Amino acid sequence: MWKHREEAPGSTSGSDSVPSPLQPAVVPREFDQPRGQLPAVKDAPLSVGRSVVIKGELSGDEDLTIEGRVEGTIELRNHVLTIGLNGHVDAQVVAKSIVVLGRVTGNLTATEKVDIREQGSVEGNIMAPRVAIVDGAEFRGSVDMQRKASAPPTDQGVGSLTLDAKVPLSTMPAGNGEVARV
Amino acid sequence: MNRVTAVSPEPVSRSTTLATFLTLLCARPAAEVVDLGSVVGANITFLGDRIGCKIHVEDFYADLDRHARQDGLDQVADFLKSRFSHLDESIDAILCWDVFDYLDRAAAHVLAGESVRMLRPGGILLAFFGGGRSSDLHYTRYCIVDETHLRHKFHAAACHRRLVLQNREILNLFGKLAVLDSILLKSGVRELLFQKPTN
Repeated sequence: MWKHREEAPGSTSGSDSVPSPLQPAVVPREFDQPRGQLPAVKDAPLSVGRSVVIKGELSGDEDLTIEGRVEGTIELRNHVLTIGLNGHVDAQVVAKSIVVLGRVTGNLTATEKVDIREQGSVEGNIMAPRVAIVDGAEFRGSVDMQRKASAPPTDQGVGSLTLDAKVPLSTMPAGNGEVARV
Repeated sequence: MNRVTAVSPEPVSRSTTLATFLTLLCARPAAEVVDLGSVVGANITFLGDRIGCKIHVEDFYADLDRHARQDGLDQVADFLKSRFSHLDESIDAILCWDVFDYLDRAAAHVLAGESVRMLRPGGILLAFFGGGRSSDLHYTRYCIVDETHLRHKFHAAACHRRLVLQNREILNLFGKLAVLDSILLKSGVRELLFQKPTN
C-alpha cells in the first residue's frame, strides 16, 4: 500500500502540479488505518444545516452547532451547544455550555455557562452558574445563577455597604449631587 | 444620582438609593427580582452572581416601543393589566428605573398597582421620576457599575418621556407602600425607594 508522506505545507516534491507516477495525487488517510478500524473524524464539529428541521429529542456526546431548526428537546450534558446565526430552536435545552447567536424559545439549562451574543434572542428561563448577555441581545425570561450555598441572612450588605436599620435614613449624609432627602 | 462624568457619552452617576436597595436585597435570601428595564448583561451578572438573586428580565421598554410603532401607546394601560404573570406577593424587589416617565397617567396607575401586587411583604421597589418631558427618542440603560454607581447608556427609542409626576402623585401611585428613601437630585430627577409593609 502507498505510504503517506509527511511534508511541510507548501513544500513541493519534484514537479509542482504533476503527481509522480509512483505517488497518488490524493492519499486517503484511511489507507493508513489498520484494517477493520474506521477513521476517527474529530476535527469537524457536528452541525445541523440551515435546511434541516428536527422535531423530537436530540441528544449526543459531542459539541453541536445548529444552523437549522430544532423543536423538542436537546441534551448535550457534557458538551457545547451553539445556536448559530441562522439557527432557530424551540426546545428545552440542557448542555454544558450554550452559545446563542440565533433565536431560542424555551428554557436553557447549562452546567457551566450560557452566552447570548449580540444578535441572539432568547425567550425562556436560564439556569446556569454563569450567564453572559451582551447589550443588544434580546432576552425575556428569568435568570437563575444557582448560587451554590446561599448565605444566611445577615445585616452585612454588599461590599462595603452595611445595613444599619437603627440609623434613620434621613440622617444619613446626602450623596454627591443630591439636593435633599424629601 | 448626579452626573460624575457629565462629558462622557456614558455618564456614571452616584445613587445612594441603589446602595440601600442592594443592601436590603442582600438581606433577603434567594431573592427574586423583576427588572423592568432593558436587557443589561452587567446587571444580570451583578445581581445573579454577586447578590445571588433570581432575575426576571421584563424589558418593558421593548413593549413600549412595540406599542409606539403600532400607534397604540394609549392602549398600554390595558396591556399592562395582563402583562405580568408573576403571582401575588411572589417578588422580593422591582427595578422600575425611569419607566414611569414614559407612560401616561392611566398606564402609570396600572403599573404601580401591578408592582404592589407582585411584591412580597417587606419587598422593595426602586424608581426614578422626573427626567422631564422630552422629545428625545432614547431610553437609558442603567448599568450597575458597583454598589453605588450607575452607568447611563442611551439607546434609540420609539417613544419619548411623557409624564412628569409631582411628588404627591408619586406617593398616591404607591399609596400602599412606605417610602424608605426619597432623594431629589440637582438634575430634577427624584429617586424613590419604597417598601411594602409587613402585615
